[in-house]
Amino acid sequence: MQIYLPIAEVSVDAFAILGIGGLVGILSGMFGVGGGFLITPLLFFIGIPPAVAVATSASQVVASSVSGVMAHLKRRTVDLRMGVVLLIGGLIGAGAGVQLFAILRAMGQVDLVVQISYVVFLGIIGSMMFVESLRALRKSRHGTAPKRRKHNWVHALPFKMKFRVSGLYISVIPPLIAGAFVGLLAAIMGVGGGFIMVPVMIYLLGMPTKVVVGTSLFQIIFVTGFATVMHAATNRTVDIVLAIVLLVGGAIGAQIGTQIGTKLRAEQLRILLASLVLIVCAKLAFDLLVEPAELYSISYQAGVGL
Amino acid sequence: MRMLVALFVYLSTLLPVWAEDVVAGFSQDSISITTNFSGSEILIFGAVRREAPIARDTDLEVVVTVAGPSRPVTMRRKERFGGIWINRAFAHIDAAPTFYAVATSAPYRDAISSVSDVLYSISLPRAFRNAAGGADHASGFLEALARLRAEEGLYQINENSVDLREDTLFSTSIALPANLVEGDYLVRIFLTREGRVISAHENTIAVRKVGIERAAYRLANEQPLLYGFLALFIAIAVGWLVSALFRMIRA
Repeated sequence: MQIYLPIAEVSVDAFAILGIGGLVGILSGMFGVGGGFLITPLLFFIGIPPAVAVATSASQVVASSVSGVMAHLKRRTVDLRMGVVLLIGGLIGAGAGVQLFAILRAMGQVDLVVQISYVVFLGIIGSMMFVESLRALRKSRHGTAPKRRKHNWVHALPFKMKFRVSGLYISVIPPLIAGAFVGLLAAIMGVGGGFIMVPVMIYLLGMPTKVVVGTSLFQIIFVTGFATVMHAATNRTVDIVLAIVLLVGGAIGAQIGTQIGTKLRAEQLRILLASLVLIVCAKLAFDLLVEPAELYSISYQAGVGL
Repeated sequence: MRMLVALFVYLSTLLPVWAEDVVAGFSQDSISITTNFSGSEILIFGAVRREAPIARDTDLEVVVTVAGPSRPVTMRRKERFGGIWINRAFAHIDAAPTFYAVATSAPYRDAISSVSDVLYSISLPRAFRNAAGGADHASGFLEALARLRAEEGLYQINENSVDLREDTLFSTSIALPANLVEGDYLVRIFLTREGRVISAHENTIAVRKVGIERAAYRLANEQPLLYGFLALFIAIAVGWLVSALFRMIRA
C-alpha cells in the first residue's frame, strides 16, 4: 500500500515504514535504546530525503522516550536536578544544531554531513558494542564486575552543585558540555544520544547506574522535542504522516521486543545489535566511497549557494 | 465564371484550414492528492468542429501538452573530493516546469514543424528553455534536470499516443506520477496541418492536496511553529498511550 508523504513529497510503501518502525521498536524493547540512530539511515535507504528523515526521527525519539520515562518516574529513578542541567546544555546544542542544519541545507551539504556523522558514530558504537559484548560473554564465566572510578579531573572544576538523588557534589560544567554535545547530535542526526549520555554519566560524572537511564531519557524528551519544533519552524522538514506511521510500527514492535528480550540472553542480543549497526554503517560508507550512478541531484529550495 | 469556380476550388482547400476548431473535455477537472495517491491518469478528449467538408489533401494532426507550475530549482553535481563523492558544482534555474507532457497523433516531426514548435514552445526542450530563461550556460545541468524528471515520469514525450478518429474525434491519456506539485496545470491542444498550427485551445486542471495531506502541508508552510508543536504533541500522546497500554497489559 503506497502512501503519499506531504512534506517529503514522495510516495512510499506504508508497510516498509511500518516495518522500520516495528524493527526499531523491537530493538528498543529488547535493549532499551531509543532507536533514532537506526531509523534515520533506514529511512535514507527507502528514499526519504535525509533532511526529512533526521527531523522526523527526532519526533519518533520523543515518543519512545516518553513511554520509557513514565516507568522511571514511578520508580523515582530520575535525577531531575541533573536532568535539568543536562537539558539546559542540550537546548543550547540543539538550537545551534538546527541553525547549522539550515546553513548546510542551503549549501547542499546536509546529506553529506548527516551521512558522515552516521558512518563515524555507528562505526564507533558498533565496534564498541561488539567488543564489549564479546568481553561480557567471556566475563560471564569468570564473574568480575567493572569498578567505578570515584575521583577524576571532573571533581577539580568550579561551579559545584549538589545532586542529591545521584549523591554527587560536582561542577555543572561537564554535564552542560555533555548536554550541549548530545543536543547538537539530536538536531543533526535525529538521535536521542543516550548511547553517548549513558557512558558519560557513568564513567565521567560518576552517577549511580540506577538513575542513569531514567535521567538520560528525561533529558532526551526535552532536547529531541525542542529539536522537532525547531526543525519544523526553521527547515520545515518534519513529516507528520511519516511520524505517525513510524510511531504505530514502533509501538507494536516495542511490545514484541520486550517479550523477546526477556527470553534471550543479553550478550547474544547485543552482538546481534552490534552486527546490525555495523552493517548499516558499512552500507552508508560504501555509498559515500563508490561513484554514484547519478551524479546530478535536484534540490527544490532555492538556496543561497555558498 | 471559370475564374470564380477556380477561386472557390482554391478557397475550399484553404478554408477548412481556418474553419477547424477544437472542442475539448477532460475526464477530471481537478485532481486530488490524497494519502493513498499513487499517481493518476487524465483522459483528454475532444472533437474538431468544422463548417466545411474535411480536407483530405493534407493530414490533420493533434498535439496535446500538459504543463505543471514552474518552480525555481537548484541543480547539484557530485564530484570526487578527498576519496568521497560530494556535491560541488551547482546551478540555479529560475523556473522549470514541475511537470510537462507532450502527446501527438503522429511522429513528432510530422505533427509539428520546427517553426511552429518555436512559436508555440511546444516540445519539452523549448518549453523548458523558455521557462528556464537565460540558463544556457548551465546546459549540462539543464540536460540532467530533464533526464532526472523524465525518469520520474515528470517529463514525457508520447508520440503517436493521441487517437484521432475520422479526422474528428480525438483522445489521449496522460499518466500523472505521485509526486505532483500542487497548482494549476495548463493543458494546450493544437490542431496542425503540414506541421502548421491551425487552431489552439487552452484550459487548466487544478491539482490539489486534500484531506490530511492538504492540512499538514498548509500548516507546515503557513504555521510552521504550530505544526512543530502539533508534531511534538502527537509524539508525546502516542508515547504516553503506549506506556499506558503496557501497564494495562501487564496488570
